[in-house]
Amino acid sequence: MSRSDVLVDADWVQAHLNDPGIVLVEVDEDTSAYEKGHIRGAVRIDWKTELQDPVRRDFVDKTGFEALLSEKGIANDDLVVLYGGNNNWFAAYAYWYFRLYGHQNVKLLDGGRKKWELDSRDLVEDVPSRPKTSYSATEQDASIRAFREEVVEAIGDKNLVDVRSPDEFTGKLLAPAHLPQEQAQRGGHIPTARSIPWSKAANDDGTFRSDEELRDLYQEAGVDLSKPTIAYCRIGERSSHTWFALHELLGLPDVKNYDGSWTEYGSLVGVPIELGEAK
Amino acid sequence: MTDGCGAPAQTASLPATVDLANEAVIQGTVVRGDDAVPGAYARLLDATGEFTGEVVTSDEGIFRFFAAPGDWTVRVLAPGGVSIDSTVTAQVGEIANLQVAI
Repeated sequence: MSRSDVLVDADWVQAHLNDPGIVLVEVDEDTSAYEKGHIRGAVRIDWKTELQDPVRRDFVDKTGFEALLSEKGIANDDLVVLYGGNNNWFAAYAYWYFRLYGHQNVKLLDGGRKKWELDSRDLVEDVPSRPKTSYSATEQDASIRAFREEVVEAIGDKNLVDVRSPDEFTGKLLAPAHLPQEQAQRGGHIPTARSIPWSKAANDDGTFRSDEELRDLYQEAGVDLSKPTIAYCRIGERSSHTWFALHELLGLPDVKNYDGSWTEYGSLVGVPIELGEAK
Repeated sequence: MTDGCGAPAQTASLPATVDLANEAVIQGTVVRGDDAVPGAYARLLDATGEFTGEVVTSDEGIFRFFAAPGDWTVRVLAPGGVSIDSTVTAQVGEIANLQVAI
């Protein structure tokens, strides 16, 4: 797999804005971002209200995903180009999610909304209308999603990559620094995890670092690229960004995202937790 | 439902749910001349230069972080290749204020 199979740059998007068969999708946590302006022709997916089950802590199921994509006017053979704010966290999460439900023809806009804005490219308020489709999803691809039992078993065996900020890793903070620190679960990290904040995989403008830089980054932090890897963060969206770097850009065959992440692990009874720097 | 790690809207005053006694707040305004700059990116870097968080400035040009006590750098990015670093010290129970002119 090459980088161009999974990533497009802003010039490419600009040149293909009117192509049939290509659907731009903005995915944000802050949905007011889309309302203030989005790339022309882009539809919106709301990370919170449309991709999450409203009651249980889980994703919408296969039927729910099919209904969502049908409603958005996305067909099985469309090329979906995802982008969003927060350095593409939620877009990367949606990318992983599209893959989870079997949509193979999907790419990320490198740098997402931030790069687009910093380039002073056009944003519009017009909301496109797309005719409904009959989207059909596959069952979830278990090879890219990790659950808690597998994570506990992976301690000291598989690579565990903690992509939160250094202070979250050591236990000093329980959430990123732009959020009030009101969380109640224990701080720290999963024993044997390596600390490689997601941000190290990205440049200041939100674009991904080169394959060579990425490979050096993970290897220097003690990740054995020949072994299976599980990435986690606080709730699984920053780790989708790292899953993308490891699985899609570097092409490692066995990389899973643990979407339960620290909000689940740090609340489990009886599991080991390590504090301080990586050991 | 789990809340995301995305940055909330940057309000002019501290959100009512936040107890300042427990927080080390870093906040500031991005200005160009006399005008506030909305839509700029403020990145919080720790004492080693490691990225910690990022928010987009509000319509009033405001950004805010809930940090830990210590020395921090705020890097402001804006169109036209603007990238300006400001250093600041955060303490629990206090709001460290910055004004960043671009």
